[in-house]
Amino acid sequence: MQDVRWNDPKTTQYVNKHVPRVDGPGKVAGTAKYTFDIVLPGMLYGKILRCPHALATVQAIDTSAAKAMPGVRAVIEMAREGATMRYAGQEVAAVAADSEEIALDAIRAIRVSYDVQSHAVTTLTAMKDASRVSAPEEQARGQDPGQFWSSAAAVIEEEYYCPVRGHLCLESHGIVFRWDADDRATCWVSTQAVHGVAGELSGGLGIPQENLTVICEYMGGGFGSKFGAGVEGATCARLAKAAGKPVKLMLDRYEDQVAGGNAPDAYMKCKAAMAADGKLLAIEADLYGTNGPGRGWGVPFPYIYGVPNFRVRTHSVSTNAGAARAWRAPGHPQASFLMESVVDELICKLGLDGVKVRQMNQGSQVRSAQLELGAAKIGWERRNKNPGQATGRYQRGIGCAVSTWGGGGRGGSRCDVKIGQDGSVWAGIGTQDLGTGARTVVAMIVAEDLGLPLERVKADIGKSSLGSSVGSGGSVTTASIAPTIKMAVLAARARLFETAAPLLGVTAGELECAKGRVQARGNPSKSLRFEEVCAKLPAGGISESGSWNGALQQGGVAGAQFVEVEVDTWTGNVRPIKVVAVQDCGYAINRLTAESQVIGGVIQGLGMALLEDRRMDVPTGRQLNANIESYRVIGAMEVPDVEVVLFDTHDKVAGIGEPPVIPTAAATINAIYNATGVRIRTLPATPKRWFDALGAKS
Amino acid sequence: MPEDSPNRRSLSRRKFLRGAGTAIAVTGAGALISTKVNGDATEPAEQGGTAQEGLVDVTLKVNGKTHQLKLQPRVTLLDALRERLQITGPKKVCDRGNCGACTVLRDGKPVYACLTLAVDAQGSEITTVEGFGTPEKMSEVQQAFVEKDALMCGFCTPGFVTAVTAALKKNPNADNEELRRACRGNICRCGTFNRVFEAAVEAAKKMKGA
Repeated sequence: MQDVRWNDPKTTQYVNKHVPRVDGPGKVAGTAKYTFDIVLPGMLYGKILRCPHALATVQAIDTSAAKAMPGVRAVIEMAREGATMRYAGQEVAAVAADSEEIALDAIRAIRVSYDVQSHAVTTLTAMKDASRVSAPEEQARGQDPGQFWSSAAAVIEEEYYCPVRGHLCLESHGIVFRWDADDRATCWVSTQAVHGVAGELSGGLGIPQENLTVICEYMGGGFGSKFGAGVEGATCARLAKAAGKPVKLMLDRYEDQVAGGNAPDAYMKCKAAMAADGKLLAIEADLYGTNGPGRGWGVPFPYIYGVPNFRVRTHSVSTNAGAARAWRAPGHPQASFLMESVVDELICKLGLDGVKVRQMNQGSQVRSAQLELGAAKIGWERRNKNPGQATGRYQRGIGCAVSTWGGGGRGGSRCDVKIGQDGSVWAGIGTQDLGTGARTVVAMIVAEDLGLPLERVKADIGKSSLGSSVGSGGSVTTASIAPTIKMAVLAARARLFETAAPLLGVTAGELECAKGRVQARGNPSKSLRFEEVCAKLPAGGISESGSWNGALQQGGVAGAQFVEVEVDTWTGNVRPIKVVAVQDCGYAINRLTAESQVIGGVIQGLGMALLEDRRMDVPTGRQLNANIESYRVIGAMEVPDVEVVLFDTHDKVAGIGEPPVIPTAAATINAIYNATGVRIRTLPATPKRWFDALGAKS
Repeated sequence: MPEDSPNRRSLSRRKFLRGAGTAIAVTGAGALISTKVNGDATEPAEQGGTAQEGLVDVTLKVNGKTHQLKLQPRVTLLDALRERLQITGPKKVCDRGNCGACTVLRDGKPVYACLTLAVDAQGSEITTVEGFGTPEKMSEVQQAFVEKDALMCGFCTPGFVTAVTAALKKNPNADNEELRRACRGNICRCGTFNRVFEAAVEAAKKMKGA
């Protein structure tokens, strides 16, 4: 088994090719059932009452009116009297009722009195209060950066800010919970980790883990925010217990945005120096940001580029706003924006070539080659050599930035493959599909090695009753499940060959599966149809499993992106024209869905650059734009041409779910500078920000 | 983009108000929104009135089938479809007409089901994404979405499929720009727009060829 390798792309039917996803038809026809779509007989609707204050103590909760309402089946208090509510949106009480409308009326009937205290809801306001700021964590290397400020060819000293952003998974967080017995239950959860949720909820409810089945066959996006069932999950289970009926509790859009997680912000004061040849010399920086009420904020900085001398102090700021959660490449898009802005400012000050300087200051040959390729594809030579000198209304420019990510797999998963005497093939693994195409990966790998059409394989995922698998975060899913699936199908195929060998008069080692047949390798005249062999299988057919083989995967991926923008200098509006995304993908299992992932990362990165911004109302402490209207995301009219280059680097599987989102915002901001000579240091780059920056320049 | 066409055929304003208790119908930007006005918005609904009283008979024609329901007048077409009829192709995402995931066809024109009251949808032919095709027998638009991978998580997909289908019904010769504009009322958070446009163009080509 040590010799196992991925299939040679020259010989494959599916693997490493462009394959439409197997669950696509159900999704386009509306038959794919997401958690939000589950309707059970007798099911009740749960709703949560949330605290309207950013910082307050609960004095009293009166649920009597809610309990007395017809159609209300359960009311539970989630906060106790005397409890401190640390953000506007924190859970206070919950109800379950016959309909969603009644549940809404019932939470409105709950009376809560609060002792309201003064709050701070943004990093920039909270950092003025020393009690809200953690003692700085300092990282340093080389000499004191201070000694370079007077001698370096270029020095900049600036402030940068990247705001809190939302996940906005289109399917909100939520759960449908049904007790099947006192200590046995089934739940449907929109989650990135069915096994993780099974452990979390069963532990919390005090029932054996094997007695809780967690189902997530389809999910409407996660982006890092859906690892646990969360407080609403446990609450839904309690409501269902109290009411004696199944309960559906899906957060609404407001709740999802205030309480369902966010990407933390990053504020940086930075001084940096570069030598005349483009070599980075020194950085001194203070970084601030908030994870919400808790601490532990940080981003990786300096990012990617080798800085021989730096001193970086990280200050975590506590605010009265919803807690941060992992958001697609946690910390990296922020770090990329900060670092690439600094590097670009120095490069522009010296009038150097941004591609060459980036290549010089980092150590990856892959990334260097990607920069070269991306520069050729976008037409880097077309960039403005003298930013800010153009005179027309519409001004175009090109910027670039790079990324790094892990994306390797993790062990501990199991895949089962069953082949029936009727020729049916089933493969199951307890992973989940965030929209990345995980179910298709299962079917492709199995179909490839059994030489069958894709539709012959029933791929089963999204249930905790299936073999264990990792949570889908850190871009680990494909690199974690693909080796496991491969080992499982090879084990099952070996059993198939044992049956076929005597029938064909050859040894098992001489057999192969191809085009629906089991045959002597390279000799189709000695062959049987797949079904003919299956019919001769021992009773019960084949049931084999596989576990993870680390030799089939490899982490550590590089990426480079180039963005061309057009700035309307009359309105300050920035229009992305074209993006070239070169992404290291190792051995891509499915090139079609891998490309989609890259496009999606770019689109979200453009949103970060141009639109996305959680706005808190400082006086009331509430989020002003907890919706998809004034929290703007990229829509059809903003989408540029996106050219994806999957940069094949080796023959092992790597994950790429997160890295494509990392460099886009930074490359966009650098492109705006290249177009107009205006440096935007606070995201998003709205028209007002562009004019502000223009004004600050003159 | 949904074209809202409030067309209260089967329910008089008076009957609607009576059924809604102390409610008022407000027509804004072509959409019908019901807002409770009985004093403080945080007051509970009238005592004892919520569970059974105030329900009205509603007849909906969806994908060619007629359904009889008893609903509170404030129930949206989207909630009626999803929670009462278990027609869950149209998705609930923003519930306020921002994202297009709930788009359905009302007499052939795209509307946001979350901004349409169920009582108001009576007398119309409602077509959801389930009405265009099945996984086994997809429409050209659905087929093109699958082939071009114009979906990731898939939660926005029924809305996009519906918007593109309506655009091509309206103008079979719609060009790239027109098809892109047809999608401007829909949000895809996974960011699959480019492939949606490709799929739309592909579907247009196939439908003309057929």
